[in-house]
Amino acid sequence: MSVQKTGVPMSEKQISSQVGKFTSRGVDVYYGDKQALFGIDIDIMENKVTSLIGPSGCGKSTFLRCLNRMNDVIDICRFEGEILLDGQDIYASEIDVVELRARVGMVFQKPNPFPKSIYENIVYGPRIHGMIDGRSDADEIVETSLKRAGLWNEVKDRLNEPGTGLSGGQQQRLCIARAIAVNPEVILMDEPCSALDPIATAIIEELIDELKENFTIVIVTHSMQQAARVSQNTAFFHLGKIIEFGETDQIFTNPRNQQTQDYITGRYG
Amino acid sequence: MTNLRAAHIKKRYAAERRFKMYGLLAIMFALGFLAIMLVTITFRALPAFSQTYVKVDIEFSENVIDPDGAREKVQIAKADFQKIVRDGIYALFPEVTNRKEKRKLKKLISSEAGYHIARVLLADDQPDFEFIGTKQSVWVKSSDDIDSFIKGLIRRDVDESRRRVNDQQIGWVDQLMADGRIEKRFNWDFFKFGDSRSPEDAGIRGAVVGSFFTLIITLLLSFPLGVLAAVYLEEYSKPSKMTAFIEVNINNLAAVPSIVFGLLGLALFLNFFGMPRSAPLVGGMVLSLMTLPTIIITTRAALKSVPPSIREAALGIGASKMQTVLHHVLPLAMPGALTGAIIGMARALGETAPLLMIGMVAFIVDVPTGFTDPSTVLPVQIYIWADSPERAFEAKMSAAILVLLFFLVIMNAIAVLLRRRYERRW
Repeated sequence: MSVQKTGVPMSEKQISSQVGKFTSRGVDVYYGDKQALFGIDIDIMENKVTSLIGPSGCGKSTFLRCLNRMNDVIDICRFEGEILLDGQDIYASEIDVVELRARVGMVFQKPNPFPKSIYENIVYGPRIHGMIDGRSDADEIVETSLKRAGLWNEVKDRLNEPGTGLSGGQQQRLCIARAIAVNPEVILMDEPCSALDPIATAIIEELIDELKENFTIVIVTHSMQQAARVSQNTAFFHLGKIIEFGETDQIFTNPRNQQTQDYITGRYG
Repeated sequence: MTNLRAAHIKKRYAAERRFKMYGLLAIMFALGFLAIMLVTITFRALPAFSQTYVKVDIEFSENVIDPDGAREKVQIAKADFQKIVRDGIYALFPEVTNRKEKRKLKKLISSEAGYHIARVLLADDQPDFEFIGTKQSVWVKSSDDIDSFIKGLIRRDVDESRRRVNDQQIGWVDQLMADGRIEKRFNWDFFKFGDSRSPEDAGIRGAVVGSFFTLIITLLLSFPLGVLAAVYLEEYSKPSKMTAFIEVNINNLAAVPSIVFGLLGLALFLNFFGMPRSAPLVGGMVLSLMTLPTIIITTRAALKSVPPSIREAALGIGASKMQTVLHHVLPLAMPGALTGAIIGMARALGETAPLLMIGMVAFIVDVPTGFTDPSTVLPVQIYIWADSPERAFEAKMSAAILVLLFFLVIMNAIAVLLRRRYERRW
């Protein structure tokens, strides 16, 4: 299963010198009869931001959702291949998917706070994972999570108000705080800024930059500028395949593949 | 050219106005019939809310009530109180001696009057028997015919042969009126008593309580079952031939005529399981068979309308499937499910046919005190009264319809409120 697939240009330096947090080998995903991903090989580095770019329908979100097995809930979705998290196959039968998602958090395209109070939004995750023992524990988790998401100062006086009453950008940071609260190792972000205005986007991007100190981040984005700004590594997807994967600087300044060149210069996509 | 266009625009405006008018007319038509229905029912029901009373001087003679002088409650309760009431009314008209006329005279008052006097006097466990031997003025209910006459339902100007109250009786009533011995009071007994063969004693308490017990059973059975079924179908089941088959059949069940459920209840619950006849327990079970599809369908719709983003949010931070459903999806779907349940309950409340099959159409005087007591329900009570020959039951029937409508309106109002209150919280 761990046969190295070639044919995908990958920066030699990365694979040899650093350990991948996630290692994906030969990942094929099918929706019914339709194949959505073709042999995805990729290494996601620890404490780095990896961005997945590509035109709509290229499979980047599908791949992202493979990393915490969110595709499991889609009945017709079928997975083949291997994804290792710290060397452990996350699709192995002994892996508990709930446990996995506690380690690999996710932030979605549209801010989706629970229709409950801000406090409850943060506390919910730690509570179901048995990380909270008493009220003071909960208070502490709420405060640190909101602080790390840069939202504490804005909401500290109204923790009992509904999370849905916040602005779009604040809601998205609340969702990030909610993901942080269970203390994951990886945070997956699926176009986290696509529903936000430029100012809120800038705040989130800054936040992503800070978060990479403690978390490994994988972000799907439509905005090439965003990928260039926030990520260290970039993978370019097209029609379910990885066309090019490497350091962001190299991809954007000196792409090796003509298709990548065409996409980042805006010739299609 | 411009003229042509102007004419065209004018025509278009006219067409718009006409179209709006048709809609308005349709609404007015519907509202008009509703108003006619409500007004006629209310007017017909009004007589049921009052009752004519006659003041009679009653001599509680020891000879009749307690000939042994033992002063024992059980013995006294068996005494002929109706006779002392009769004697009381005879005493008001001493000139009447003829037996035939006396029979007419005693028909002025309710044949249950004596029973009610005894009931009041002997209400305590240890009643004092001081009333024995005294003479007291007591207001007793008039018979239903006199009541109808006082309310103008039996008209004076109709020929005597076609009137249930004859000229002589009218004369007596006129004299009683003149003496201030006739009075109309609010008919509390209508809300206190169960059914009776005498219209003046018939009340809806038994039917209301029966309906209440029946609906409790229906709710307890159909709501949890319906919600569980809906959650399984919507959240857990994988699309397959089997689930498609189940879905089609749930939709079919919702359309099955209710009397069929009654037959099922008769065959299964009564004949096979040998459960009690005419009991709210069985009525509730039959009605929950009927409400179940409604609740399943509305709950599924409510679950479907919970945005997938909420599910993703919960799954994304590592909630299990059950936690996602119980903590997030179901609470958000609850108002929808409850609305469905209340509407289902309202339908069950108005249902008659299946209950006829399991014997809830019986004539039952006692107000039920439990789930297995024989009882009847509101719509069946209406049916029973509609079937009764006595004139006065017509008003009772209309009054019962009003009560039924009152409960239905309240239930639907709660459903609307719930829907308003919890609409789109995300």
